[in-house]
Amino acid sequence: MKEIVVISGKGGTGKTSITASLAYLGGKDLIIADCDVDAADMHLLMAPDFGQSEDFYSGEIAYIDQDACIKCGKCQDVCRFDAIPIINTQYVVDPLGCEGCGYCARVCPTDAISNSQPKVGEVYVSDIRTGSTMVHARLSIGADNSGKLVAKVKNEAKTLAEKENKIAVLVDGSPGVGCPVVSSLSGASFTVLVTEPTVSGLHDLRRVYELVKKFGIKAGCIINKADLNKSVSEEIKSFLKEEEIILLSEIPYNVKFTDAMTNGKTIVEYDKELGNIISESWNKIIRAVWNTGDPK
Amino acid sequence: MKIAIASGKGGTGKTTLSTNLASFMAESRECVLSDLDVEEPNSGLFIKAELIHEEDKFKMIPEWEKSKCELCGNCQAVCNFNAVLKMGKMIMVFPELCHGCYACSELCPTDSLPMKQKKMGELKSYKSGNLNFIESKLIIGEEQAVPLIKQTIDYVDENFGEDVIKIFDSPPGTSCPVIEATRDADFVILVTEPTPFGLHDLKLAVETVKQMGKPFGVVINRHGIGNNGVELYCIEDNIDIIARIPNDRLIAETYSRGELLYPTIPSVKEAVKSISTYIENIEGWAK
Amino acid sequence: MKIVFTAKGTDMNAAMDPRFGRTEYFVIFDEDLKSVESFDNRAIEGEAHGAGPKTAQKLGELGAEVLITGNGPGGNAATVLKTMGTEVYVGAGDMTVTEAYEAYKAGSLKKA
Repeated sequence: MKEIVVISGKGGTGKTSITASLAYLGGKDLIIADCDVDAADMHLLMAPDFGQSEDFYSGEIAYIDQDACIKCGKCQDVCRFDAIPIINTQYVVDPLGCEGCGYCARVCPTDAISNSQPKVGEVYVSDIRTGSTMVHARLSIGADNSGKLVAKVKNEAKTLAEKENKIAVLVDGSPGVGCPVVSSLSGASFTVLVTEPTVSGLHDLRRVYELVKKFGIKAGCIINKADLNKSVSEEIKSFLKEEEIILLSEIPYNVKFTDAMTNGKTIVEYDKELGNIISESWNKIIRAVWNTGDPK
Repeated sequence: MKIAIASGKGGTGKTTLSTNLASFMAESRECVLSDLDVEEPNSGLFIKAELIHEEDKFKMIPEWEKSKCELCGNCQAVCNFNAVLKMGKMIMVFPELCHGCYACSELCPTDSLPMKQKKMGELKSYKSGNLNFIESKLIIGEEQAVPLIKQTIDYVDENFGEDVIKIFDSPPGTSCPVIEATRDADFVILVTEPTPFGLHDLKLAVETVKQMGKPFGVVINRHGIGNNGVELYCIEDNIDIIARIPNDRLIAETYSRGELLYPTIPSVKEAVKSISTYIENIEGWAK
Repeated sequence: MKIVFTAKGTDMNAAMDPRFGRTEYFVIFDEDLKSVESFDNRAIEGEAHGAGPKTAQKLGELGAEVLITGNGPGGNAATVLKTMGTEVYVGAGDMTVTEAYEAYKAGSLKKA
C-alpha cells in the first residue's frame, strides 16, 4: 500500500491546506490519515461525520489510595519529577507532573499506589465530503505526544485502504522533527515537503530532511509563497537539486490561499490559478510514486 | 515578570512576536528572551547579538557496569519506557527513551546501573545592549524536550533578577513541552490568526492555559485575512485582545529575510508598544 | 539459516510489512529445516516508546540470523540488531514474503 506523507518541519507553511487539496484531487481513490494529532485541522476542510470513535489510552498515571496510605513519604522520596506534593496533609499525585515511571508504586509498603492508563485522546473514522474516508484523532491537553497515536491513525488508515482496494494513503504529517514525525514517516513511499522561502523555513526544511534521508524515502518539495523572497527561493532550489529532491511546484504568495480555508474549501475548489499549480504537483507526485502515471 | 508566548497552531507568529517584543522592550529596560522551542529553535535567526556563554546540558541516565551484574533482569522489569533491555549476557540502555526516573538504578540489587550524566542539549547565551537572548537546542536524536526546557528556565531564574522582564518563546501545540514552558509564567500571550484553523487551535490553547490557571490574553496576527470568528470568540469568552498585527505582504517579506519588523514597519511598532504597555501594567498591578 | 521477515500475515504468501518496530507479524523461515513459523507482534501497538528495541529483542529470542524488511529499523533498533550480529536487508516493503525471499537470494535487496 503506497503512503504519501506531507510534512513541513516548520508550522504555518500551508501543509494542511495543501494536503486537503491533494485529498480532494485524489477523491475516492485515497484514504486520508490526519496524523497532525496535536492540534489537528484537516477536519475543518473535509466535513467529517465522526462516524466511528474509539478512546485512546497511553502512558501511565499513578494514583494513591488514601485509605491504604500510611503517609510514610517513600513515594515522594523516590519521585524525580516533583509529582507527589502534599496537599492538605495528604500525599497526592499531580497528574500533569506524573511521568508514569511506576517507581512510587514499586516502593509503597502498603501497595497504596496503582497505575492506570489514562485516556489521552480519541481516534475517529469518518466519511468525508470527497467521497472517501478519513482517520483522524484528537490528543488531550498536556498529553505526551508519542509516535503511538500517530501510528494508530496511520495503521487504521492503511488497513482500510487495503480492505477497500484504494491506491494509497495520504497522510497529513506531524510538524517538527521528533517522534510524531518519525512515526508519520515510517513506512512512507513518498514524502511531500512543504516549505516557504524564509530563513526559518529553509532552516527547518534542512532539519526535517535529515530525517527523511535517514529513512531513505523519496521526496518532493512544494515551495509555498515562493515569490516572497527570490533569494531564499533560489537557495531552497539549490538545496533540492543537491539532495535530488523533486521540485513539485512553486506557489505564489496569494491571499486566496487562506481565503479558501476561511470559506471551508480546498484551494483547488476555490481558485483556478492556484488550483492548477497544485493539480500539476499531484500529477508529478503520482508519476514519482508509481513510476508510470497510472496508479491503477 | 515572566511572559510566555504560545499558540495552539504552529506558524501563527510566536517567534515573530517574541523577537520583536523583546527587542523593543530592551530599548528601555533589561530584558531576557528565551527560545524554548528546543527541537527547532528559530528566534536566533532574527537576533543579532554576541555569544557570551555556552554550556552543555545533561540528563542523568543509567550506565551499565558489568563487573557485579548478575543479569537478573530486574532493571528491564522496572523500566516503564523500554529504555533498558537485557539482551543475552548484556544490559543495553537506550538514552533517548530514558525518562530519568532512577528506578532501574536504585532497585538494582548489585548496583550495576549507576546514573551518569549524558549530554542532551546545548544552551547558548547572547547579549546585545539590554537584550539577553538564551537559546537551547536538543542534540540530534534526543527527543525529550521537557528536561531541557526545565533546565533553561532554571538557568534564567538563576541568572536574571526580579526586575528583568523575562519572555519565553514556547513551542507550538498543547502537549507536554508547552505545559513545561508555560508552567512558571505569570502571564501567557496566545498568538493566533483570524482563520478557521487559527480559531480551532486557539480554543485548544485557551483550554490549556485555563487548566493551568494562568491569566492570558490574545494577539491577533495577520489581522485582515480570514473572518471575524476569533474576534467574536474572544468577545464571547471575555478574552482580552491585546493587539492586532495587520496582514501585510511587506511584513512577510521582511520576515523572510530574517529581519526584525518594528524598526521599519509602523503597524508592528504600534502593536509591540501596546503589548509592552499592557505587560507593564500587569507588572505594576502585581507589585 | 534462520531468516525473519516483517509481515502482515503468518505465512510465506503474506504481504511484507514495511515497518520494523511496529510490524504486525514476523514470519520465520528456517532454510535448513525448510520450516515456517510466525510470531504475532501486534501487542507492540501498546508501547508508546521503544517499540523498535523491544521488537529487536524479540528477534534475538527467535534466533534470527537474517532480517528482511521494508524501510529498515530506526536508530535504536538498528543498534540492538548490530549487537546481536543480525544481517539486515531492506527494500522488500512492497513484496510478499516469498518474493522477498527470492529477491534476497538473487542478491537484489539492499544490505542495511
